[in-house]
Amino acid sequence: MNLPSQLDLEKERIKGFAADYGLEPFDTVFEIVDCDQLNMIAAYGGFPTRYPHWRFGMEYEHLRKTYTYGLGKIYELVINNDPCYAYLLKSNSLLDQKLVICHVYGHSDFFRNNLWFADTNRKMIDEMANHGARVRSYVKRHGRDAVEDFVDRCLSLDNLIDRHAPFIKRCDRAEAPLAEPEEPRRAEVRRIKSKDYMDAYINPPEFLARQKKRGEEGLKRARNFPSEPQADVLLFLMEHAPLERWQRDILSIIREEAYYFLPQGMTKIMNEGWASYWHSRLMTERAAGADEIVDYADHHSGTMAVQPGRINPYKLGLELFRDIEERWDKGRFGPEWEDCQSDAERRSWDKGTGQGREKVFQVRKIYNDLTFIDEFLTPDFCRRHRLFSFHYDKRAEEYKIESRAFRKIKRRLLASLTNCSQPIIRIVDGNFSNRGELYLAHQYEGTEIEIAKARETLASLHAVWGRPVHIETVVEGKGRVYSFDGQEHKETERKLESAEAAVSDADGEDDED
Amino acid sequence: MITRIQRDHGRFQQIVRGMIRKDLRKYITRGEMFGKKGKDLVSIPLPQIDIPRFRFGKNQGGAGQGEGEPGDSLGGQPQPGQGPGAGEDEGQHVLEAELTLEELAQILGEELELPNIQPRGKKVVASLKDRYTNVRHVGPESLRHFKRTYIKALRRQLAAGEYAPGDPLVLPIREDKMYRSWQTMEVPESNAVIIYMMDVSGSMGDEQKEIVRTEAFWIDTWLQHQYKKLVTRYIIHDAAARLVDAETFFKTRESGGTAISSAYRLARELIGREYSPSDWNIYLFHFSDGDNLSSDNEVSLSLLKDDLVPAANLFAYGQVKSLYGSGEFKNYLDEKLHCENLITAEINSREEILDCIKAFLGKGK
Repeated sequence: MNLPSQLDLEKERIKGFAADYGLEPFDTVFEIVDCDQLNMIAAYGGFPTRYPHWRFGMEYEHLRKTYTYGLGKIYELVINNDPCYAYLLKSNSLLDQKLVICHVYGHSDFFRNNLWFADTNRKMIDEMANHGARVRSYVKRHGRDAVEDFVDRCLSLDNLIDRHAPFIKRCDRAEAPLAEPEEPRRAEVRRIKSKDYMDAYINPPEFLARQKKRGEEGLKRARNFPSEPQADVLLFLMEHAPLERWQRDILSIIREEAYYFLPQGMTKIMNEGWASYWHSRLMTERAAGADEIVDYADHHSGTMAVQPGRINPYKLGLELFRDIEERWDKGRFGPEWEDCQSDAERRSWDKGTGQGREKVFQVRKIYNDLTFIDEFLTPDFCRRHRLFSFHYDKRAEEYKIESRAFRKIKRRLLASLTNCSQPIIRIVDGNFSNRGELYLAHQYEGTEIEIAKARETLASLHAVWGRPVHIETVVEGKGRVYSFDGQEHKETERKLESAEAAVSDADGEDDED
Repeated sequence: MITRIQRDHGRFQQIVRGMIRKDLRKYITRGEMFGKKGKDLVSIPLPQIDIPRFRFGKNQGGAGQGEGEPGDSLGGQPQPGQGPGAGEDEGQHVLEAELTLEELAQILGEELELPNIQPRGKKVVASLKDRYTNVRHVGPESLRHFKRTYIKALRRQLAAGEYAPGDPLVLPIREDKMYRSWQTMEVPESNAVIIYMMDVSGSMGDEQKEIVRTEAFWIDTWLQHQYKKLVTRYIIHDAAARLVDAETFFKTRESGGTAISSAYRLARELIGREYSPSDWNIYLFHFSDGDNLSSDNEVSLSLLKDDLVPAANLFAYGQVKSLYGSGEFKNYLDEKLHCENLITAEINSREEILDCIKAFLGKGK
């Protein structure tokens, strides 16, 4: 539906303001929808043309109930696409619409300019429709239950992707040699030619031993399948699991969508922070009239509200961006600033560098949540915003505030952002026991995975792989391997490797600040 | 036309009801949202199917914002480092919804598919009631129907060509004005009384009482939705029974033996004195852990058979599992007494409260 003339006017005005400030959003198409339509679109993750699946129905019911009982409503919905699509709720007041338009231009600029979005498909709306058509045709041919069941299996594995893969071109598949080398390589050590009496110096025995060991390891690795542990489990399955053509295609659809949504998960705090930063500047400095400013403040503070004990990504991101701008405006960075111990001096520190604006634009370009927090969270900031860290108290069976010490807060925050808060799991061996079994390893970093869920997931993995599957992990400080062979679940012990043992030891300790 | 989302939604509901894809049933969790009713938070059921994934367990920590000292409990269940998952960008205001009892009852009825109750016999009294459902052309300004008036004025101005989109001023004249007006209706009214009986002997702990309290809240809500006038009475008993108020009912903890017949006798007395079955719809709910004095079973049974069950719309016996209770009274009842309006159910844990309510109220009595 086209925008009413007045709203269209506002949109053009705001677009102009955004350009004045240096934002470079995609062309953005705004559509006016009613609440039910918005719930529907949101249930499909923003893509009304997606493939049929019950979980979208579940999401829809959730949103509808939330709205019906007045527990919440969706304010904005914006799709990373070129042109960018955004939806406006029909029943919102003009002020709300302006606020949302400003916010959306923030997101749109972020989608376009942030490095982590660089590899996303900008024609995703078409691509999703394409996926939908393909899945629908499979449903026609193979039956609804069969297709849906396979989709469920794949969804059960859809967090097993390599979150850095879009940026590291580790192996170029086209160039990889297809044929096996004729003769198995042997672990030979090259000696440098030398005279007898010099040999002990030129080829020292310990060096030779080291070389030999390395050679053997390399050989073992070459025999391994995959040669390096592989985090992109979905890709591995696509390439090596015994699947029908349609199943492989569904797997690739699920994988592609998982990668498409990945950057949004990796930049939640920054993306929302950036959009909030700009809606607040655009509204207060340019777009809102004097008669609207109080209502604007009310709505803005609603979005920024922090539920006790939680982190609101809108709030955290906005405040960090403002903090960065102030610090770079006043020159509060660099070794001189870091070394300054005097409180009074720090408080009145202003070198008049005025690089704030430039800095925030740079930050929005090259950071993601993890590096953003790592670089710009400061002890001052934590104190000012009353941040704390919490942990799960096993004895009391509840979450408790752990500390207000900067290092602990930062560590917890970073831990929760690492790998998008998903366990790091890789395929170690695709031919385990030389019986074509699949062996995964969970990289233990101090947090256990949920065993009951892991067993169910193994069953899904088995359904795709077709042979027994295993995962190694650490539970209560002990090494464990969980296996499923299609009939029954097994649990075996294994020796901890030294790195893992170190992690589980450190976990128990309470380090000082 | 059936839209895509309706089809997906229908599919989801079929799975939840266990009609198709039975392999997914084990992943269904009873999620909930919270609404507020007075001081109490009530939960709105929200079934979800949780596809299993490799994910972190409970021992994960995180960071939060707000007041509090190290060591303070955060209460509730923060979701540590909740991965934003499929990350569409949407801002949600989360509030606690203020619900009316009426809405609550509707939610309950919808979720449990409860039938509406058919009040018994002749105890239907018609009362007259005025409702503002009409409009007319005359009336006091305080009852002016703004929207109707506005629409009429707008329509007239459009027709007359006086409306300018650039300057959308709409001025109603006398003929445009519409006023709200009432209609007198006959509302059938029937009365109902709930008598709750609870075993407070030593074996009923706090957990058991909490279950009874939750269950009573929902039963009250449903019956209030069905009857205009609802009276609630409470009886507690161990070896002897007492008529008490609501607070005492839920808080008291006695020790000593159990004689269920004492409560039944008191209920019979109460009905005889105040709630004649010909004028009232009577609901009797009895909660116990089923540990009765064995010599008392027979007396209780005859009280039920001869007096209580015939007088009541519904007699429901809920057996709450406790550490000490033998739980044999339910078996005894099931064996000896078969009546259409006698329902027994077991409640082993909180999760079974909903099933129990469905068993009690599912017949539409």
